[in-house]
Amino acid sequence: MPVTIEDLERAIRAAFPVSHLDIEDQSSGCGSSYAILLVSEAFEGKTTLARHRLINQALKQEISQLHAFSQKSFTPAQYAAHQAKSG
Amino acid sequence: MFQNALRTSVSLSLYRSTVSSCLRSQTFRRFLSQESRTKIQAAVTEYPVVLFMKGNPEQPMCGFSRGVVKILSAFDIPPEKFKTYNVLEDLELRTGIKEFSEWPTIPQLYVNGEFVGGSDIALSMFQSGELETLLEQHGVIPKASESPS
Repeated sequence: MPVTIEDLERAIRAAFPVSHLDIEDQSSGCGSSYAILLVSEAFEGKTTLARHRLINQALKQEISQLHAFSQKSFTPAQYAAHQAKSG
Repeated sequence: MFQNALRTSVSLSLYRSTVSSCLRSQTFRRFLSQESRTKIQAAVTEYPVVLFMKGNPEQPMCGFSRGVVKILSAFDIPPEKFKTYNVLEDLELRTGIKEFSEWPTIPQLYVNGEFVGGSDIALSMFQSGELETLLEQHGVIPKASESPS
């Protein structure tokens, strides 16, 4: 059974305090390739690599069933700055 | 007499398969043999910049791998300091490197033997200037102030 956006969301919300979450199916509905954007205060003080490893760990089972997975991680403050820049 | 023996052997094989499937999940890490681990360890330290990718720089076989190649090509890294491995050609490497790095996806970038990240991390470090700094720090590329104007 392919991984659904709901599966990913459930696993993420169980593992992190979520300020903002975007999940995009990049496989045109096939459920095999996802891009996520997660804003969480759990990322405070952590390097990008550490954040990605945290997400990888939380989504270990789901990722192993996917063909591709990409992620962006922000703290709430970083996300606000990011939005301001592109907005 | 035979009935008893049959019952014992069936329950024994059931027991064994249950035990082995439990063991399988616990010993997953040890699927990377010491030999493979040593080989990968040697590979990531042999060159200052090592990229495990799908395909090769001339013909990347995946958008994410192509992305990292393009990013690295912005830096004029001397060829003798850069090595790529095509995981599509080596199934043992393809699974082994994921175990070694504890990272589930390809491409994987190493600088001076240390895992830097995959394509998302490489891209964000490139955009922030962190990647250039990292390469300068490790003597892969000359510091910006040293290059001829």
